[in-house]
Amino acid sequence: MAEQRRSPQAPPEDPTRRRFLGYLLAAPTLAVGVTWADAVFGADEAEAAIPSPPQPENLFDLGDLQNLAALPTSGLIGVQVNEDGTASFALHRTEVGQGITTAVAMMIAEELDLPIDKVHITLADARPELLMNQLTGGSNSVRSIFTPVRTASALARQQLRRTAAAQWGVPEGEVTTNDGVLAHRSGRTATYGSLAKAAASDRTVQVSVTLKAVTDFKVLGKPQNRIDAHDIVTGRKRFGLDLQVPDAKPCMVRRPPTINGTVRTVRNAAAVKAMPGITDVAVVKYGVAVRGETFGQCIDGLRALDVDWNPGTVAGESDATVLAKLKQAQLPLVAPALGALSVDAEFTFAFASNAPLEPDNAIADVRSDRAEIWSTLKVPIDAKQDIAVQLGLPADKVVVHVVPGGGSFGRHLFHDVAAEAAEISQKMGKPVKLSWTRTDDFRQGRTHPMCVSRVRATHLLGNVLTYEQRHVSSETSFSHGLGEMITSTAASLPIAGNYSFAQTIFLLTQSVPYDFGVTTQLLNEVPLRFNTGSMRNIYSPNVVCARELVVDRLAAKLGKDPIAFRREFLKDDRLRAVLDEAVAVGQWGRALPKGVAQGIGLHTEYRGAVAVLVEVDCRPETVNRPIRDGVTGPRVTRATVVVDAGLPLNPRGLDAQMIGGLNDGIALALTSSLHIKDGIPLEGSWDNYFYTRQWNTPPDVRVVVMPPTTGNPSGAGEIAVAAAFAAVATAYGRATGTMPTSFPINHSTLSFEPFPLQPSTPASPTDGLDTAF
Amino acid sequence: MAQHTFVLNGARVTVEVADDVRLLWVLRDILGVTGPKYGCGLNVCKSCTSHINGKAFNPCSVPVSKIKETDEITTIEGLPATVGRDLHPMQEAWLEEDVSQCGYCQPGQIMAAVALVRKAKAEGRQITDADLDGLRNICRCGTYSRIRTAIKKGAARM
Repeated sequence: MAEQRRSPQAPPEDPTRRRFLGYLLAAPTLAVGVTWADAVFGADEAEAAIPSPPQPENLFDLGDLQNLAALPTSGLIGVQVNEDGTASFALHRTEVGQGITTAVAMMIAEELDLPIDKVHITLADARPELLMNQLTGGSNSVRSIFTPVRTASALARQQLRRTAAAQWGVPEGEVTTNDGVLAHRSGRTATYGSLAKAAASDRTVQVSVTLKAVTDFKVLGKPQNRIDAHDIVTGRKRFGLDLQVPDAKPCMVRRPPTINGTVRTVRNAAAVKAMPGITDVAVVKYGVAVRGETFGQCIDGLRALDVDWNPGTVAGESDATVLAKLKQAQLPLVAPALGALSVDAEFTFAFASNAPLEPDNAIADVRSDRAEIWSTLKVPIDAKQDIAVQLGLPADKVVVHVVPGGGSFGRHLFHDVAAEAAEISQKMGKPVKLSWTRTDDFRQGRTHPMCVSRVRATHLLGNVLTYEQRHVSSETSFSHGLGEMITSTAASLPIAGNYSFAQTIFLLTQSVPYDFGVTTQLLNEVPLRFNTGSMRNIYSPNVVCARELVVDRLAAKLGKDPIAFRREFLKDDRLRAVLDEAVAVGQWGRALPKGVAQGIGLHTEYRGAVAVLVEVDCRPETVNRPIRDGVTGPRVTRATVVVDAGLPLNPRGLDAQMIGGLNDGIALALTSSLHIKDGIPLEGSWDNYFYTRQWNTPPDVRVVVMPPTTGNPSGAGEIAVAAAFAAVATAYGRATGTMPTSFPINHSTLSFEPFPLQPSTPASPTDGLDTAF
Repeated sequence: MAQHTFVLNGARVTVEVADDVRLLWVLRDILGVTGPKYGCGLNVCKSCTSHINGKAFNPCSVPVSKIKETDEITTIEGLPATVGRDLHPMQEAWLEEDVSQCGYCQPGQIMAAVALVRKAKAEGRQITDADLDGLRNICRCGTYSRIRTAIKKGAARM
């Protein structure tokens, strides 16, 4: 066995003891700013030196790329202390449920020594001076924010202590802080609020500070509930559609019967404009917009439109035609060595939707000389620049506000809905609150494209000699800030050659954690003009599911228990540790009835490691249990998720992300997909697109967050999806005795009656009182 | 345009709007009550779940003309007042279990949970796993297991 292992121990020198630089800013109350350049690489220097197998992801992953891209920026991010004793921070990331605002509030509370309920986090508007720092994606937010935010907070606390020491005439070292109060042993105390003005600087000066050692943390590392939880459970949290902007009336769009179709003629625009509540009708790039007093009247209006359409960009495509194109584009596998035995397998993954529950929406108020936009945007700078060009305005005349989102899962990396709202507002000459309808979200919204993964592994005398994976996918769009990031850092990346954005991302996210000899994983793409984008965990759910199924096959061929086989071939000690924990907590090998089986999935990415062990019940009485308008099928009855997040900052938030990732993985394995027919998905509601529901979620879920293994937090928002998908797939294979090769497993059956393609949005029902309970 | 009167979160309201406009838009777009969310408008996702005379229903699928003057509509905003407290026990359980992620579905989840527990209690029984399996509210963040735990906890205090 080769000795190429990723070291599990903390780096020898605790980097948090370095001194970090920042600035006291000229401001009315204490304000501190830090740049990214100093702080970002503190975390990863140690990792770059670790001997590694030749796959790029081990040396340098997507998060490192994002950190590298962040270096040249000049923009400051900063913490402000207010006279009411609170601290404020405008976060240059987007909260979409992943808990980044809570994690950041914890960092500030920790270093500032302030109760967390006195930390106010808002989302920053688009700030072009931050360049690539304002991108929420790739599970990179905590990794890149951890040091700068703590530095700013520590500088603020240091300045408060210095101010108190000067006022009291005592040495700074004798001033202590606790819960927002400064104190001296003489009995003197002062609240942060009372010194907020005195501690302010009248000019910008550079200062340095030492951060707390991890072992001194009082807030970070402890379970913390979400800071927005109270607003959520009382209905007070404001999402985009809840905002009130003067005269921004509801607006929806009648859409074409194929993806990206365009309007040929509208026969009755004037009649629709005269309908009750309707104020405006306008033809836009991909449809006809209707503005009115209520969204309900917009639905009536768009349904009443009589429109002829030009075909869209994939008008002739269906599942079968896309699959045929993918198979033609497969890159060749190397023939097995003479005498070696091989495992060959090919897996197909259907189109999937990254639609969140909150439909895509944006408010736009476009005037002749300026524009203002509100939307959930993970790359707001990109939105600002694109929309400015689209409107013919200078970028500095377009203000882009970032609104917390009701989920994202990759959808909000793009600003399609914000650009469309701007187009409509400009054409109507009025502010609009645009919402896509649910059907729009599934049928015209971005998707995770269909892909085929072919794997060949060869083995001889108990050793695996080669592992080759050839992944071919319908093209995934990276035409947002991540693409720019790759272009600007291409020369610094440890992968040679003229790769596309997609191939670069693939190489920076994929690796095989087993000692399987000569290992190659390659991506090829077929350029079809579907609306695509990253979906939570991008390529990994498909690639890892295929790999873990083949690992099970290899184990069987070599006559080994799947767990014992993995333990023997793993080259990553952190992964081996989470595997062992999952085996213990999930009770691998316990007696189960025929038709019920366990499965395991492992994944390492974002400098973290995860193991998922599930039990799947495939007995007919379970598979066929009746649920009105829902698919049932096999049920995951028990799930154990074990995560090594490096340095876990909020175990409760991590636990939440693992539960979410688990349910995503279950959906991808068993139930959720889009069926493409004649250029459009058939799915139009959540009773067509079968994301995991209560009747399919495991009643027994156990999550274990491992103790710290490194000095730095890993990415956590996506990592569980791939391992969960793989675990369910391997369990299903074991329960049924047949390795599944097409996902989700119910895709071949169309389990619903599709809504008509026209009008593009169904009428809302009128019998809602009949289902009251 | 017709006038429509009903009781919303304990107060009588009158709106002037066409008969067939679904109650969700009357609440959100005319009255500015935004706790009930739009997730599909098809009575599927259940993120607008509110109560009519104490029963869970989805205002996206009820024309305002079907609401009678005496009907009491309760949205998440009015839930605590139904028990005369700052927070309903189900909301407290939601906080203790830290159920929410993005939060978009959670007002509807809580309203559905309260109705489910009331129904079970009226039938003289405890909430079962089968009851929980029957909840249709989508949570796209996948918070289901915490929802299940919170409902059991909230039920014990209702």
